[in-house]
Amino acid sequence: MLLINKAEVQRMIDQFQGQELYVHLEMTTGAYAAHLDSSKHPAATFISNARIRYSQGSISGDGPYRVGLKMDHGWVYSEGLTHYEDGDMQRLIMAGHDSQGKLVVALQLSREPF
Amino acid sequence: MEQRILVVLPHPDDEAFGLSGTLAKYISQGAQVTYACLTLGEMGRNMGIPPFATRVTLPEIRKKELEQSCRAIGIQDLRMLGFHDKTIEFEDQEQLDGRISALLTELNPSLVITFYPGFSVHPDHDACGAAVIRTIGTMPEEHRPLVHCLAFSNNHEQSIGKPDVIIDVKDFLNAKMESIKAHRSQFQAAELLGNGKLSDKEIQDRFGTERFWTYAI
Repeated sequence: MLLINKAEVQRMIDQFQGQELYVHLEMTTGAYAAHLDSSKHPAATFISNARIRYSQGSISGDGPYRVGLKMDHGWVYSEGLTHYEDGDMQRLIMAGHDSQGKLVVALQLSREPF
Repeated sequence: MEQRILVVLPHPDDEAFGLSGTLAKYISQGAQVTYACLTLGEMGRNMGIPPFATRVTLPEIRKKELEQSCRAIGIQDLRMLGFHDKTIEFEDQEQLDGRISALLTELNPSLVITFYPGFSVHPDHDACGAAVIRTIGTMPEEHRPLVHCLAFSNNHEQSIGKPDVIIDVKDFLNAKMESIKAHRSQFQAAELLGNGKLSDKEIQDRFGTERFWTYAI
């Protein structure tokens, strides 16, 4: 994983526009969040291999980044993205890692299921 | 002395902190250990610093780490059951229990080690322990193996008391630390070992004893 290159990610988003894609979207504070610190709220959610098609999509911000994908009947939105998988032209793999390196958020798009 | 031990835990690395020393000790005394690991921990949050894994590559990386950990401990038989991380409590119970039941029939263990249901923090841990207890509960009483559970939720001792099985693993700390270090994608997590290097004394104090609760089924 490399720090996000905004222009590269935008190119990938453009490349997938209007196509039937599989999406993995996730956000988590971890199952141990409240065990280690009772003031923390343990939350995690993911949706894996849902089918989407977007008519418009872009990456925004100066890092961490936001991505918004506009679909016929709704949106896919993700904030806090920091890293992406460089050189994978078949899939767009993005993740947001915190200062300890832990994954907090993930947004992945692919023509094939994950 | 336990000759055949079945360990059932849901994630690669669950074995490392809580019972790798005990397993290494039992194995040195001649025990045969089968470790049934339900998932590949594919939803883990630790990805290395800087991150070297993605959601796509993590399962394969954690599988290799698990194999390395088992080699460090000396575990003879590793089974990866192919369930998905975070989903154990939602799985088809009949299917889950069936897999555990098949292992019990095949291996006929004298001791089974798993998580204490309700006192093991992660929903997968609790669901894994519950499945093991449920399955063993269906066996005729005279055929049931001994069950030792790991527990570590906050205030667990208030509900289940003190552990009744305490294993001194100070002579097996090399294997234990190698097991912990094998889980490289998890190992750098600050809450596990902290940022500094631990002295031998700190390692002995912190990792030299492993604790279990005998579960009365």
